[in-house]
Order: sequence, then C-alpha cells, then structure tokens
Amino acid sequence: MAEPVQPSGNQKEERVPVLQQILDNPFLLLFIGVVMPTVFYILWGVMEIVTIPIAN
Amino acid sequence: MSELFRTCPRSGLVFHKPAETLIKLNAVTAVVFLAVGGILGLLVVMTRWPAVHLLSSELFYQVLTGHGIIMLLVWIIFFEIAILYFCSSTLLRSRLATPRWAWLAYALMLGGAAITGVAILQGGSSVMMTSYVPMPAAPHFYLGLILFAVGALIGCFVFLGTLVVAKNERTYEGSIPLVTFGALTACIIAIFTIASGAIILIPTFLWSVGYISEIDPLMYRVIWWGMGHSSQQINVSAHVSVWYAIAAIVFGARPMSERVSRTAFLLYIAFLQLASAHHILVDPGVGTEWKIFNTSYAMYLAVLASMVHGLTVPGAIEVAQREKGYTNGMFEWLRKAPWGNPVFSGMFISLVGFGFLGGITGVVMGTEQINLIIHNTIYVPGHFHPTVVLGTTLAFMALTYFLVPVLFRRELFLPGWAKWQPYVFGFGTALMSLFMMGAGTLGVARRHWDMAFSGAPFSFEFGGAAYMMMGLTGIFGVVSVIGGAMFVIVVVGSLVLGKKIEDKSEYTTTRPAILPLGPAAPAHHGKGFVAPGTFVLALVFLATFVVYYFLNWMYLSSVWPMN
Repeated sequence: MAEPVQPSGNQKEERVPVLQQILDNPFLLLFIGVVMPTVFYILWGVMEIVTIPIAN
Repeated sequence: MSELFRTCPRSGLVFHKPAETLIKLNAVTAVVFLAVGGILGLLVVMTRWPAVHLLSSELFYQVLTGHGIIMLLVWIIFFEIAILYFCSSTLLRSRLATPRWAWLAYALMLGGAAITGVAILQGGSSVMMTSYVPMPAAPHFYLGLILFAVGALIGCFVFLGTLVVAKNERTYEGSIPLVTFGALTACIIAIFTIASGAIILIPTFLWSVGYISEIDPLMYRVIWWGMGHSSQQINVSAHVSVWYAIAAIVFGARPMSERVSRTAFLLYIAFLQLASAHHILVDPGVGTEWKIFNTSYAMYLAVLASMVHGLTVPGAIEVAQREKGYTNGMFEWLRKAPWGNPVFSGMFISLVGFGFLGGITGVVMGTEQINLIIHNTIYVPGHFHPTVVLGTTLAFMALTYFLVPVLFRRELFLPGWAKWQPYVFGFGTALMSLFMMGAGTLGVARRHWDMAFSGAPFSFEFGGAAYMMMGLTGIFGVVSVIGGAMFVIVVVGSLVLGKKIEDKSEYTTTRPAILPLGPAAPAHHGKGFVAPGTFVLALVFLATFVVYYFLNWMYLSSVWPMN
C-alpha cells in the first residue's frame, strides 16, 4: 500500500486562513450581506408587525 | 471578438474600451442629475429661509420630492455604477463582463429616472422621497423607481461578473485590491437595498393601479427604510473606497493594515444596513428588542468599522508623508499636504466632515432615548447632509478631478475654481448642516413649508433663535449650492472647453500585463506610534463625541424633568 503523501513545508505555509478565504469569496460575502439584514431587520420586524393583535 | 485595451500614460491605469465608455457615460449622466438636483436644492433652501420663503406650499413639496429622489438616488447611484465598473474592469485590468447588459442597465436607469421625473413634474406625486402610504403617487412614479432599481441591480451583477472574469482569466495576483473590495461591499449593500425596494415598491405600484386594496403603513415604513437608509450605506462604502483610492493616488499611501481595513468592510457588509431601524424608533408596532439590537448593538459594530477607516486612511497618508521626510513635529505631514490639489482637499474635507458631523450625529440619532429629542425635526437632514453631501458627494467630486484628465483626456477648465471649490462646498455644507441641527434641536420640523404655521388652526410660536438658525441655514445653503455649481461648471467646462491632453495611448488587442501583488505593508511592530498625528486627531474625535453625546443626554434630562 502506498504511503500517504505528507504535505510539504511550502504547502503548509500556503494554507489560506479562514478569514482570508471568506474575504476572497464575493458570493459568500453577498450571502452574508443579504441574509444578516434580511433576518435581523426585515423578517424580525415584519414578524413583530404581523403578530400585533387585531383590535376588536 | 478581440478585446481592446489602452494604458493611460499619466496614471498607468488600463481601460477596457466598452468599460471606459460606460464609466464616462454613467459619470456624465450623474453630474447632469447633480446639476438639476442642486437647482432644486437651492429652491428648497430659499423656501425654508424664513425671510425669503420663495415657493408656494404646493411647489415646495413638489420640488422637495424631486430634490430628494434626484440627489439621494439618481445622481449618486449613476456615479456609483461608474465607480463599480472602474473598480472592477480598470483596477483589475480586466474586460468588463457583458457590456450589453451594462448598456441595458444604463438605459433602464435613465428611463426609470425620466419616468419618475415626469410623474413629479406632472404634480400628482409630491409624496417626498419616502412616498409613505396611504399618501398616493401616480403609478408611473413607482414604476420609474422600479425600473431604475432593476437597472442598478443589473449594473451590480455586471460588476460581480467582472470579478469572476478577472479571477478566471487571472488578470491579478493574490486578493482583489482594497479599493475594489470596498466597491464589492457597496455592491453587496446595493443588492440588499434593491431587494428591499422591490419587496415594497412592487406591491405599492400594484396598489396605485388598484390591484391591491391596501398597504399596511407600518409594514411599508419598515421595509421601505430597508431600501431608503441602506441606499445611503452604499454611499458610505463607496466613498470610503474613494478615500483609500485617493490616498494611494496622491501620496502612494498603502493601508496601515490591509487585514484590519478589509475586516472593517466585512463589518459593514454584516451590520451597516441594520441602522435603517433608527427611522422606526418612535413607531409603536415593533418591540424594543428589535429597535435596540438593530440601532445600537449591531449598528455600533458598523460605527466601529467607520472609525477604523477614519483612522487608517489619514494614518496611511501620515506614514507615506513621514517616509518622504515630513517628520517635524506632530502635524508637518498634514501642513505640507497638497491643500491646493482638489483631489486631496476634497477627500480630506469629506473625511473630516463625514466623521465629525455625519458620524457622531448618526450615533446620537441611533440611540433610542436621545433620538426622541430630534426625531423628524430638521436635525435629521442636518445629519444626512454631512453624510451624503459632505461625505459622499465631495469624495466623488474629488475623484472626478482625478478622472477628468485620466479618463476624458482633458485638462481641468478653470483650475483656480477647482482649487477653491472643495472649500466653498465643504464650508457651506458643513455650516448649513450645523444650523439645521441647531434648529432641529429647538424643534423645527423637517419637510415643512412654513415654520410660522400661518393660518393653521393649531399654531406654535418658535423663538427668535430658531428663526435665526433657519436664516443661517438658508445663507450657508446658498454657499453650498454655489460650491456645487462651481464643480459642475469646472467639470462640464473641462469636457467641452478643456485643453486636450496629448495622449499617445491607443487601443490595442494586446492583453494588459497581469496586475502584480501589491508591495507588503511596512512592518510597524516595535516602532511605537507610526502615525502619532493621526492618533491625536483620533483622540480629538473621541473627546468631541463624548462631550456631544453627554450634552444630548443632559438636554434630554431637561426635556423630561425627573424631579
């Protein structure tokens, strides 16, 4: 059986940090930038309004 | 089809021909709308000046509606689309993705703006920019706004497509430049903004033509402000990008820390749009948790990001100036800055005005308790004029002074006027805003034709101080409009009468060289304060903020006697 290939020192060094991966992905940023205000501002706000009891 | 590129010998920037044409077209259209909106602004300010009181009430609300829509949406978004194409195609040395769609975007935006403009001119749609239901406007008022928004949305996707093209065709090394990243932030906020607009304006259009029986006013206000306020957050992201760009263009300044600046933009992406909630702070239908989370807890993270940018842009300039030998004392780097260059002076006045006037007052308005002192008074335009006019518009003007020779290959017309224009415009706008805030604190309402309430059944007599504040608002508003007119004359004059620059650059099918990775930022570890002058300025800002915040709470305590 072949030995598992160990990553070389260079490969280890070139590993991109997680935050950098997020910052380099425009579509992930787009997802964050649309979902955050949609959930916390729009949906939460709309839910509060629609749950106001109707006056008798 | 082979792509055509040219390299500007003056700046080294690479222009893709279709992108260059579209950048010019969007920017010129923006400036034309700025001129129209400025004339309407002059009429508004001459009416709110009590001693002049120029327009009739009907005409005032009509003109105010036009001024708001043209300045807050049309001028600024046309210019931002030009910035998006510049930051993607030009800065990444890439072809513009789908130029035909970009042309469609332009046509929809222009057509939409024209349709809404006609609706306002016809007189049946004097509903202000907010167009709160159940106050009805003509159906084509909403239709024009929807078409404009669809066009802007297409422009955003052309920008995103160009990022994809640049990455796939490997036109740059490493990550996208910081300025392009800031433009990406603006684009993302624009997409949320337009989606919010679609959610509320499409049903409102259907209501106006009779397909829907009613629109809940509170629901309208919450969702509309997701568009109305977020559209101003596009401006913030875009003008911060312009600050970074101008610091690099004028001084060769590199960000003090790319990682910190990018993280600050990430905070904008996640939190900046939530600040829309401060418009709903006195509405009874939404709970305190929603209000406090959106305006305070989350918004302060966005405020933190603005403070990071406000520190790192002048900090980067200071480091660059000190490397050039301006090291005497705390502020030689600032004294020896090119204050006669409108590209720099416009940017710096924008930065200071945005931070000290727009930023601090934004936090005051986002605090539920002290918001009550000034809610819906003329303090509110006193806040957003330094944000959108002093901050965004002046930053865009500064960038235009750089782009006229580079993009249009013309020398500036009346360079002496260009030199003074940022000061006239900045001085006028800053003082107009301060006096608006003063009048608002005394209770003068915004969007009100007559502060004397002549002939009203329930009148209120404002004191002499409020009248004086509104008079000074009028005087400095006129100064601001003069500054704006100077800009339009210089720019239009440059395009029509400006001396042509001998530029031998031709369009070729040769692909531009790959954009190399920028040089690493200098290591600042162990050197103490590398930008001590900026640190002192930051402390002055902090002290101003604390004092002003405290004064507002003190004023609130006098409004609500606790004894």
